[in-house]
Amino acid sequence: MYDTIIIGAGMSGLAAGVRLAHFGQKVCILERHSAIGGLNSFYRQGGRTFDVGLHAITNYAPKGTRSGPLAKLLRQLRLAWEEWALAPQLGSSIVFPGIKLRFSNDFELLTSEVRRHFPDQVDNLRRLAAALHDYDQFGQSGANRSAREVVGNIITDPLLVEMLFCPVLFYGGAQEHDIDFDQFSILFRSIFLEGLARPLAGIQKILKMLVRRFKEHGGELRLRAAVDQIVVKDEAVQKILLEDGSELEARNILSSAGWAETLRMCSAATAEEVASPGRLSFVESISILDHAPRSFGYEETIVFYNDSEKFRYEKPDDLVDLRSGTVCSPNNFAYGEPLEEGVIRISALANYDRWAALAPEEYRLAKLRWYDRLAASAARFVPDFRGVVVETDMFTPMTIHRFTGKANGAVYGSAEKRRDGTSHLKNLYICGNDQGLVGIVGAILSGISIANRHLLK
Amino acid sequence: MTAAEIRDAILDILHDIAPDEDLSNLKDEVPFREQLELDSMDFLDIVMELRKRYRIQIPEEEYTELSSMSSTVRYLEPRMKGI
Ligand SMILES: Cc1cc2nc3c(=O)[nH]c(=O)nc-3n(C[C@H](O)[C@H](O)[C@H](O)COP(=O)(O)OP(=O)(O)OC[C@H]3O[C@@H](n4cnc5c(N)ncnc54)[C@H](O)[C@@H]3O)c2cc1C
Repeated sequence: MYDTIIIGAGMSGLAAGVRLAHFGQKVCILERHSAIGGLNSFYRQGGRTFDVGLHAITNYAPKGTRSGPLAKLLRQLRLAWEEWALAPQLGSSIVFPGIKLRFSNDFELLTSEVRRHFPDQVDNLRRLAAALHDYDQFGQSGANRSAREVVGNIITDPLLVEMLFCPVLFYGGAQEHDIDFDQFSILFRSIFLEGLARPLAGIQKILKMLVRRFKEHGGELRLRAAVDQIVVKDEAVQKILLEDGSELEARNILSSAGWAETLRMCSAATAEEVASPGRLSFVESISILDHAPRSFGYEETIVFYNDSEKFRYEKPDDLVDLRSGTVCSPNNFAYGEPLEEGVIRISALANYDRWAALAPEEYRLAKLRWYDRLAASAARFVPDFRGVVVETDMFTPMTIHRFTGKANGAVYGSAEKRRDGTSHLKNLYICGNDQGLVGIVGAILSGISIANRHLLK
Repeated sequence: MTAAEIRDAILDILHDIAPDEDLSNLKDEVPFREQLELDSMDFLDIVMELRKRYRIQIPEEEYTELSSMSSTVRYLEPRMKGI
């Protein structure tokens, strides 16, 4: 009998595990996949380590910062700042036709760019920054206001609104076009007011650190341990059945598998508990280059692009949406030493159903074809890197589904969040994307706060 | 434990929670909130560390007693006498 069983060894599950094990609980994390990390993982291929997920860690704060999400997370997990050793971004931009807004980890740059391109909106940008909800609420004010409405009332130039929504939705939009203003506030702060950074060694380092912590405190991690069923009795979880037929019991269950996905595992999901999984997914292409991006004039960290005045954040009709995307170069952070190889990653919205309908051979060809189209699309906005590519890989909504179990490959989960982390069962709790905090820092904070609130009493 | 030992025990906990802080200049009379910007999540952690390490239970309505080093030591002294 465990105190807590955690479903999923992604960022949120691992962080919750560290907290619970640290305070003496008998905890087991069950992970279906043979590797940890979930949406943020890494794999080896052809002698290289590829990161999945991580473009940048949001919520950057320099060493010595005492407040804000990063400081909170480090304290809660008992980590010193150096253990993550985040290198800040060099500078990013939002590019729409004929206009480019640069931003960095200093909000003044964005402000001055807005002053240059939208002189009558500078004060409105300041007003927006002041109107953002505080972190204290951790996305739980429950006000449910449309960010399009709130922001549209403050920023009166529609083009600037679109440009500001572009990075925010790409980095955390679970629903099409719009987002809750609480979520908008969290994301806007995390990207523009705090900023972007990356550890030199990528996501591996952070994952390994979390697992080490967890195990040091006596936590048990089981890989290739897929939960098949959550057996329900008297409105509580009675036991967990694994796919290999074994059974486990725990006082409490914390699931990071997603709300709809978790409900589906419950043996007796009550009729009124229906959850619709998210529908927004992405493809991502990875290009390994034989030059550092800087050598051909590409010094930006992340470029968010959109090829018309209106940013359409929606499930595309085609396999991939070529109108918009993000280009990230992991090389372009202020590390003390350069990365070994040049890397360019491009992600764009994609249609899960279209990818899922392809036969295996078609799927393979589609990956190659869309890699090329995506690179060509991005080359409209960043220096063309196609001549120096030495290796490529591409993952699709199917890949995300296969490795994380997220229905529809929905990276940011369902549009409806379970903000308080509770479920229809007394001893089942939800953390991670579907609790409401997304991204790497968000997922970790979600695991921590749900563990604190419900499981460490 | 004596008052001095309790102070060391609290320092140890603070050091674990905020490994980046230099605690050698900590002023005992100034609230932790002001000096270290501890928030409610951190105070809860101090309470839980005390429970984990010394099996002391602190009721929620008394968390405010832990606002500074001196108030914490004063509050804990009678409760940690036998430890
Ligand atoms: C392409 C891409 C780029 C991204 N870029 C960034 C970025 O640059 N910055 C950023 O901050 N965030 C980024 N993210 C988002 C970030 O990865 C996620 O928000 C975060 O990792 C979510 O963590 P989680 O713990 O909620 O969920 P997950 O990581 O999905 O964890 C859930 C875990 O549960 C496991 N599981 C599911 N079902 C079962 C079952 N039945 N039994 C056992 N285990 C199960 C899964 O295998 C998975 O490991 C990106 C994501 C993607 C896909």
